[in-house]
Amino acid sequence: MDEHELEERFQELLDKYKGEPGALIPLLQGAQAIFGYLPQEVMARVAEAAGEPLSQALGVATFYSQFRLKPHARHTIRCCHGTACHVSGATLISQEIEKHLGIKAGENTPDMFFTVEEVHCVGACGMAPVVMIDDRAYGKLTPDKAVAAVKAFREQKEVQEAGGNSGAALVAASERGDR
Amino acid sequence: MSGSRPALVRPAPLRQRVLQPEVEIRVCLGTGGVAAGSREVLRAFEEGLAKQGVFAVVRPREGGADGRCACVTGTGCQGLCAMDPLVEVHLRRSGNATEVTYGQVTPAMVEEIISRHILGGEVIDKWIVKTDEHATEYDPFFERQEKLALRHVGVIDPEDIDDYLEADGYQALYKVLSSLTPDEVIDEITRSGLRGRGGAGFPTGLKWRFAADAKSPDGVKYFICNGDEGDPGAFMDCSVLEGDPHAVFEGMAIGAYAIGATTGYLYVRAEYPLAIRRLKIAMKAAEERGLIGDNIMGSDFSFHLKLKEGAGAFVCGEETALMQSIEGNRGMPRLRPPFPAESGLWGRPTNINNVETLAVVPWIILNGAEAFAARGYEKSKGTKVFALAGKVKRTGLAEVPMGMTLREVIFGIGGGMKGNKAFKAVQMGGPSGGCLPESLLDLPVDYETINQTGAIVGSGGMIVIDQDNCIVDTARYFLSFTQQESCGKCPPCRIGTKRMLEILERICAGEGTLADLDFLENIASQVKLGSLCGLGTTAPNPVLTAIKYFRDEFEEHVVEKKCRAGVCPALTTYLIDVVKCTGCTACARVCPVQAIRGERKEPHVIDQELCIKCGACFEKCRFDAVRRS
Repeated sequence: MDEHELEERFQELLDKYKGEPGALIPLLQGAQAIFGYLPQEVMARVAEAAGEPLSQALGVATFYSQFRLKPHARHTIRCCHGTACHVSGATLISQEIEKHLGIKAGENTPDMFFTVEEVHCVGACGMAPVVMIDDRAYGKLTPDKAVAAVKAFREQKEVQEAGGNSGAALVAASERGDR
Repeated sequence: MSGSRPALVRPAPLRQRVLQPEVEIRVCLGTGGVAAGSREVLRAFEEGLAKQGVFAVVRPREGGADGRCACVTGTGCQGLCAMDPLVEVHLRRSGNATEVTYGQVTPAMVEEIISRHILGGEVIDKWIVKTDEHATEYDPFFERQEKLALRHVGVIDPEDIDDYLEADGYQALYKVLSSLTPDEVIDEITRSGLRGRGGAGFPTGLKWRFAADAKSPDGVKYFICNGDEGDPGAFMDCSVLEGDPHAVFEGMAIGAYAIGATTGYLYVRAEYPLAIRRLKIAMKAAEERGLIGDNIMGSDFSFHLKLKEGAGAFVCGEETALMQSIEGNRGMPRLRPPFPAESGLWGRPTNINNVETLAVVPWIILNGAEAFAARGYEKSKGTKVFALAGKVKRTGLAEVPMGMTLREVIFGIGGGMKGNKAFKAVQMGGPSGGCLPESLLDLPVDYETINQTGAIVGSGGMIVIDQDNCIVDTARYFLSFTQQESCGKCPPCRIGTKRMLEILERICAGEGTLADLDFLENIASQVKLGSLCGLGTTAPNPVLTAIKYFRDEFEEHVVEKKCRAGVCPALTTYLIDVVKCTGCTACARVCPVQAIRGERKEPHVIDQELCIKCGACFEKCRFDAVRRS
């Protein structure tokens, strides 16, 4: 998506919430969905649209764990550290994924393909330990299986992003009904 | 009042079922099912059935096919997550209906299920989880349950409003709007004995009464559903939202009618993308059918519903923080009173209920308060959904009458311990709850009884831990959670949880003293007393119960510098048994710090200086040669 298109979508978002009370959080969420994170100038325009000072927007953005003030890679690996996952070995799984990618939680891979995060519970406790890659959850993992899932995801996406049909079809099918 | 009512339109499915397919496949598409690969399984059924050419693969409400038909539907969570992906196969043949549930289905198994079972009529016993034909080892999981809140979850297609309408959906709202006054609704809920399922267990009818009686300066009141299920290890609300979204809307509309609100907010965690997606689909459908919006069913009652996505803050599960979040602010709680019923969202009277509470409301209206109150125990009426997770065999969601003992839930429904290891504790109520030992397993699950132990029933998370889990580490885990999630507004919580965490980290690192234990209990009691909101006042519970019931394990860490479970790295040593080691090099390859050396086919050795005690070699070794002590 080019800059012009991003700007158009952002303006649409600002117009949509104009004058609505309590719009700051949905505005920040929408802006982050467009830009991938919240650059300062975006935050300033969000604050203006919501009729709030920039300090309020920054205060809100730093309070909630969902908001990112730094650029984010194209795909997100969320290692679940909920209770069920913790007692079932989530620490080892995080370690192994971090080792495989050569980064720590909260960091991006140098090619901006993956960001790794640690989260508290994704709601699939019956399948603990769980890792989510984008919106897809992978359960009953071992460190090896987790790394295999990361590798498979990357291969699939790379084929898809290169425009290969089979990969795209596979991904589309696995996300059947999703979004 | 009822005399002046306009005639209402009773809701009904718009698209009736035009055919009864001979084959009906239901695949669990809850978050757990999807994590186990159920989307691929669903697709394999669709493609596999189409490929056979025997059946037309149809949507039962669309029809358009003659001859033999099959349909494949996705449902919400079917409960037994341990065996996901779960697949129900329903066959209707020559007046005979059979139903079989298969577990841990993979796309590769689908072909065999189609050829042998669906076409050949031969049930494949080895994969069966449930059948009418004979008993299975999983029967206790299903038989002991009574599904009221979960009545549609895992049964209907949550993305099809007609499925819900066909299952008596929105009939409770119709009954309320056509024949009950707001007072009568509140009385019904009060008599049912329903208590808030979010954790506090406050009587729902009383809560509605307060909000109904409150005067609003401009007549505006709000009705909020709290779907910010933040307890790490609990997924009841997630499953209800994913599996039966309309039941929650219906419960909200009934509650809004009772208290006189016309605007509702459904606040849902951002970490539940599937639930959010299904809620959006459901909300659009309900609005299109006139079940949410102006003049519902032709009555003079209007109810507008807005979906609010959380942004990742555990404290927003606290009602005053949640309202701050809806208003677009940092989610920080405030002192009560005033309670939300007097002054809540934007200063107006507001009622907040949890997802599970609201999902059971339509059931109570349709079946009567007495039917609900007939179930349960003393002051805890009805049923409660529990999320069984951790080291229990049959992990999943189970709805049981309140008053069932913990042992019945964990060992009856849950099937006991995974790998037959020794039970150590069950953690109830997440970061606000506590760890209960074996000796308390015969207590009934009831709000008052569990409170006396120092734990709470909470929202229903039950995490079972075994001999391989360290109780001190578990307490440290919860404290690190609450410390991170403390909003920072009040010092007892902000500073107290930090100090407590530091002590626990010291103990886990082998640097704790006996005085630390007393200090820990001392701070814990101050945090409990002095904190502003529920997060702080309950944050010490996991630590206090852990010390109360497992003091010997704490003392072992402090005095003997030993972690019997081998979890705390500083208190654990890994050694390789030279007799058992085959020199396969697997451990050396997996070691992140190259601490393991040895020639191929010769016993290996761990360099204790380099070892970071990550346990990777222990997990990797297939010969039990790596020992942990």
